Amino acid sequence: MTTMQARSPDRAEQLATLRAILERHGRQPAKLIPILQAVQDEYRYLPEEVLSYVATALGLPPAHVYGVATFYAYFALEPKGKYVVRLCDGTACHVKNSLPILDALRDHLQVDEEHKTTADMQFTVETVACLGACGLAPVVMINGQVHSRMTPEAAVQLIEEIRKSEPAEA
Amino acid sequence: MVAKDVLTEAEPKIPHVAGRRIIVCAGTGCKANGSEAVYEAFLESIAAAGAQVAVEFKSEGGDGEVSVTRSGCQGVCSQAPLVTILPDTVLYMRVQPSDVEEIVAKTLVAGQVVERLLYHLPDTGAACRGAKDIPFLNRQTHVVLREVGYLDPENLQEYLRLGGYEAARKAFLQMTPEGICIEVAQSGLRGRGGGGFPTGRKWEAARQRPNVKKYVICNADEGDPGAFMNCSVMEGNPHSVIEGLLIAARAIGADEAYVYIRAEYPLAVKRMKQAVADAEAAGFLGDNVFGSGLRVHCELKEGAGAFVCGEETAMIASVEGQRGMPRPKPPFPAYSGLWGKPTVINNVETLAQVTRIIRDGPAVFRQVGTPTAPGTKTFSITGHVANTGLIEVPLGTTLGEVVYGIGGGVTDDAGRLSKDGFKAVQIGGPSGGCLTPDHVNLPLDYDALRGVGAMVGSGGLVVMNQQTCIVSIARFFLDFTQRESCGKCVLCREGTRQMLALLDDIIAGRADATTLPLLESLAHAVQKGSLCGLGKTAPNPVLSTLRHFRPEYEAHIVQKRCPAGRCKALRKITINETKCIGCGACLHKCPVNAISGEKKKPHRINLVACIKCGACAEACKFAAVEGV
Amino acid sequence: MIKPAVVTIDGRDVAIEGERNLLELIRKAHVELPTFCYHSELSIYGACRLCLVDVEGRGIMGACSTPPEPGMRIKTSTAEIREIRRITIELLLANHDGHCPTCPKSDNCKLQALARRMGIETIRFKPRQKRVEVDNSSCSLTRDPNKCILCGDCVRVCTEIQGIGAINFAHRGSQAAVEPAFGKKLGDVECVNCGQCAAFCPTGVLTPKSEIPAVWRAFEDPRKKVVAQVAPAVRVALGECFGLPPGEEVTGRLVAALRAIGFAAVYDTSFTADLTVIEEGTEFLQRKTKGGKLPMFTSCCPAWVKFAEHNYPELLPNLSSCRSPQQMFGSLAKETLPQQLGVAKEDLVVVSIMPCTAKKFEARRPEFTHDGVADVDIVLTTQELARMIEEAGLDFKALEPDSLDMPFGFYTGAGVIFGASGGVSEAVLRFAAEALTGKPLAKVDFLQVRGEGGLREASVVIDGTTVKIAMVHGLANARHVAELVKAGKADYDVIEVMACPGGCIGGAGQPIAGNGLARKARTKGLYDADKRLPLHKSQDNLFVTQSYQEHLGPVGGERAHNLLHTHYHNRRPSDEGELQKHETPAEVRLQVKICAGTACLVRGAQKIAHAVRGYVEEHSLQNMVDVRMIFCSENCGNGPTVMVGDRVLPRCTVEEARQALDEELANHT
Repeated sequence: MTTMQARSPDRAEQLATLRAILERHGRQPAKLIPILQAVQDEYRYLPEEVLSYVATALGLPPAHVYGVATFYAYFALEPKGKYVVRLCDGTACHVKNSLPILDALRDHLQVDEEHKTTADMQFTVETVACLGACGLAPVVMINGQVHSRMTPEAAVQLIEEIRKSEPAEA
Repeated sequence: MVAKDVLTEAEPKIPHVAGRRIIVCAGTGCKANGSEAVYEAFLESIAAAGAQVAVEFKSEGGDGEVSVTRSGCQGVCSQAPLVTILPDTVLYMRVQPSDVEEIVAKTLVAGQVVERLLYHLPDTGAACRGAKDIPFLNRQTHVVLREVGYLDPENLQEYLRLGGYEAARKAFLQMTPEGICIEVAQSGLRGRGGGGFPTGRKWEAARQRPNVKKYVICNADEGDPGAFMNCSVMEGNPHSVIEGLLIAARAIGADEAYVYIRAEYPLAVKRMKQAVADAEAAGFLGDNVFGSGLRVHCELKEGAGAFVCGEETAMIASVEGQRGMPRPKPPFPAYSGLWGKPTVINNVETLAQVTRIIRDGPAVFRQVGTPTAPGTKTFSITGHVANTGLIEVPLGTTLGEVVYGIGGGVTDDAGRLSKDGFKAVQIGGPSGGCLTPDHVNLPLDYDALRGVGAMVGSGGLVVMNQQTCIVSIARFFLDFTQRESCGKCVLCREGTRQMLALLDDIIAGRADATTLPLLESLAHAVQKGSLCGLGKTAPNPVLSTLRHFRPEYEAHIVQKRCPAGRCKALRKITINETKCIGCGACLHKCPVNAISGEKKKPHRINLVACIKCGACAEACKFAAVEGV
Repeated sequence: MIKPAVVTIDGRDVAIEGERNLLELIRKAHVELPTFCYHSELSIYGACRLCLVDVEGRGIMGACSTPPEPGMRIKTSTAEIREIRRITIELLLANHDGHCPTCPKSDNCKLQALARRMGIETIRFKPRQKRVEVDNSSCSLTRDPNKCILCGDCVRVCTEIQGIGAINFAHRGSQAAVEPAFGKKLGDVECVNCGQCAAFCPTGVLTPKSEIPAVWRAFEDPRKKVVAQVAPAVRVALGECFGLPPGEEVTGRLVAALRAIGFAAVYDTSFTADLTVIEEGTEFLQRKTKGGKLPMFTSCCPAWVKFAEHNYPELLPNLSSCRSPQQMFGSLAKETLPQQLGVAKEDLVVVSIMPCTAKKFEARRPEFTHDGVADVDIVLTTQELARMIEEAGLDFKALEPDSLDMPFGFYTGAGVIFGASGGVSEAVLRFAAEALTGKPLAKVDFLQVRGEGGLREASVVIDGTTVKIAMVHGLANARHVAELVKAGKADYDVIEVMACPGGCIGGAGQPIAGNGLARKARTKGLYDADKRLPLHKSQDNLFVTQSYQEHLGPVGGERAHNLLHTHYHNRRPSDEGELQKHETPAEVRLQVKICAGTACLVRGAQKIAHAVRGYVEEHSLQNMVDVRMIFCSENCGNGPTVMVGDRVLPRCTVEEARQALDEELANHT
């Protein structure tokens, strides 16, 4: 299981990372989307201050950057959990009863459509249109790994296995 | 994964077979089912058995070696993971690492097959040794998918050995741009991504714009729920797409190319990236393509999760770093596209077909298909059908052949074949329409489908059985398009939302005599008046299901009944008086006190108060609660 | 004979004469196609789907986005198209806050007009339930998102004409909305208050913020003496609200109306425009002859000033230090009128009547308030004044013209042309020419600086000295010129900048014009007024001279400087090294910052944020408390870190955060 690394909180280092992302894309406004993708991969979400910084650096109005960031489903303006659980609700998965899995996951983790992330910042539950694994429907993707032929029970068990593998946080 | 050389001095027990290869499918489906582990197990097991194993992807696979490679998707995703053994042409399915030792011992050493890992026909149960015996595979015509599943997608040399990049080389060194456009026009190739616009004409329009910078974009933003054809082509044969993109660039005179690829396909992204890098290193992309002095640079752009970006003008906006909102056409991108310059956008499959057309000539391409829709088309067939997966058939193949001949027939909810189970097929994804058993002889091509209110679209094909509620399915697709609406034009933004609300009314039993007429006029307005293709096609699932299943809608509205029994709000839960012993278990469990009755006498449910939660049915030990 | 290229529209042949799209051609044929999102001055958007027409052989298309082609046959009003239009309007109405009688736009709402025109009497679709808070944070504008139809006109005018982009689309699909960045409020972002978004908004989302009640209250207060200053551009537009043609000068009736409503005295901002000419002209000549910073940008337009503060702080020394005529009036009035009118300074209420929404913001700049007394107390737009006249029940057209009060009601033609783009330049030239030559100017009209273009240049040779002038309107043009100046590629002496199209006559406080013709007529009205006046040069204004003698001292002297000049602030978000923006919030709220660094998040910062936000909402503290997630407080070892005001709470719990919030709020208020 790939997990996202906890990032060093050092501000100077974060700025350096941010600058490196901007430099890698030549500070071109046309590269806004790849830049935001890189930022999100780095921070797990798009913090407001970072977006303002990107806007200033690219010479774009902050409202434009905000508009782009809120248009695409990939971008999150709120922090996501350590594990991003994406339930496929494509047609194939839907007709094979993906929704009860979603309900089970949300029930189990006590999240909903509005609040997708658990209070302990461990899990985010999202739906995704199609993961291209229709033959294995219904599927769930956790941090990039596809789990096939899911049932509500199996999905909950996956979550529990991850929970157990996590060292308890103070 | 790190490829490792496993060599052993021990005496080989596996007999030498010329060109022996073991191909482990590494498509998304198979990987998800553990094909990497199977691959590793083969490496170890063969080494232990004492054979020299070549696992280098550059391996020539000559005598004295067994080569184990990974491939792109072999199509039979429902049976993942798949293992093919050549030249024996044995195809094993649902292979687990624990099966590998047996395969090595029986098949490689003893030349026998492992019966239980073969494909068994769903109707007769007969075992099929290889692809040639499996109707799902042998009834298809593979052009785009020909090498997908056999080729190592991460190995440029292998692609080159099969004649790869010869078409592009010819296009750059021997053909004129005009000549390329003519050949593509002669082939009759139509866009495989949706509308079916003639590719040659699109190119010619862009080619004729003189002396300006031009762009080509490969539309790899396959976003239809239930469709993964492009995903499989990119995973299985990425160079065929890059090659087609190069030919397109040459044809219109573009020197910059983009591949706009869906980020939800991490494996396809990885393989396309690798393919671009390899093509650059080989001099097929860059400042001097094939030594022609012409320049073509190619860049991958990952989408960020917006279905509407599959629309040309929205995709252009997205490449420019904007919100992916479509703009009015005209001007068409071939005149004014990316950064206001002429731009040609072709879908993955279209480009892969172009590679074939230039390599083999337009006549070969036209050998299959229909006169107005020549060539083959990939479909992803999913849903309630015995064989799900990726298929490629000539355009004009009948629906019946696809569902029964290739798909193996319709299944019930438990996965068993169901003779009269076929209710409908949704073709073309959320923009498409539905077909019914009346259409089994309908040829699947652009014009025939349009004639019945459906479309080829990208090629998603979802089979639905009798237990499927058609209103709920229409609602599902509409929910998708309304969530994916960019929100720019009024009719799509507000119209799809209101259509969804009307469908919700129908499903929840709130609809009345005004609902259907309003839904229809609204659907018509959205279809005719929306700004872009997404909006214009969003009402299709509703309009086409209304056309074929109007009585099912009316049953929901007039009788407040869901014929498929799926709509919870319309369920009528009753207690069978002959079975009920009056134990009171249901009465205590009911959260809304909708059940009444004296002890030891049959109980009753007050349907007005009932919320259809089903708690009573769970509580009843005598199966007296019915209709849940 | 060559047959002209024609398009057949509803059976009539209409010649194509360079029209860019079918909509223009159809309108030329006197068919009024409905539209929300088409404006000839903005890019084509194609979103409202109202201008649909049926093109033979091609089907239903948007007229705004289809170029005319010879031989096209078009129908503009088939049964199908009418039904689509009806549905479109119904869909919009279902999603629209339809409290029309209380909407400031009720007399001028395009949505309402179209609904009436199409005879829509019922809405068949479900109304939207969700209500969004009205944004009252800006001094100049009110923003009520519940009325938005997402036509994007405001976004495009802000981006394309003004080059700012303070508002843009956010989210998508049915969640789509027009918002400032990060869902902030208009008063907290780089909006310059020009109000052009309001001028373009077809419904009542963006409207000038009304200060009418404050004026009525001041009239009611027996201690107060309320005086008015009227900007030049108002006199040629106010009549439009009462059925008079654009450009008709109504100064006399305007004065009569103001007196009738209750103003103790009515003065003219043109007077201080004359004063501005003397100060600014002198400043320019000093810069020009003594090697000061050139080019010199004008500073009368408050939207431009704020724009420069946000975007070009390095050019602030190039801005003339002169206050705008409105603020010169304010300081002069508060300095001299209390004595003249026999009223305490704090009881003198100066009300400006302006064509402009940004003037409301300008009047509230802290530089223009001394000892708690603002130089200008209330700013009304032309629209608001019209409404007050209506409310008072006056028959404006029938009013007997009255004359302005002296001394600040006296003005020359130079002062009055301030209201049109190029007017300031011309007025300064009339002054500078005499100042440089020492001889009376024979011909006062400098026609080379007049015109409509958004970016014009002129060279004027005065006594051997060449003065190069650029005149821009629209801040996108200003940005262009500012970039040239920054790059050292601009060879100008003076750059006149007006934010609004055509200058102040096109201000967002003016009656909604709808097209460029009204602006043209208003401009002509001002130049005609100049012609009718006996004096044309500011230096000939005797009352200005008198003011210097009695109150201001020598031109450019210390006292004049204190009363008539100002300074500017850098408002640019600070550069790298510090990510925070330096934006002064509209009100001083208690700041609660919750660290959203990884360490704090893992320890439950999100939960605290939810709880605190919930607490704030529950107790309706939104106007007193800002809750923000900040990036990293560099206190990771002790996370989660919460800052309440100046207090830092390490290892904070939900309870501790709430308690601190309560305590700090008690101190705060």
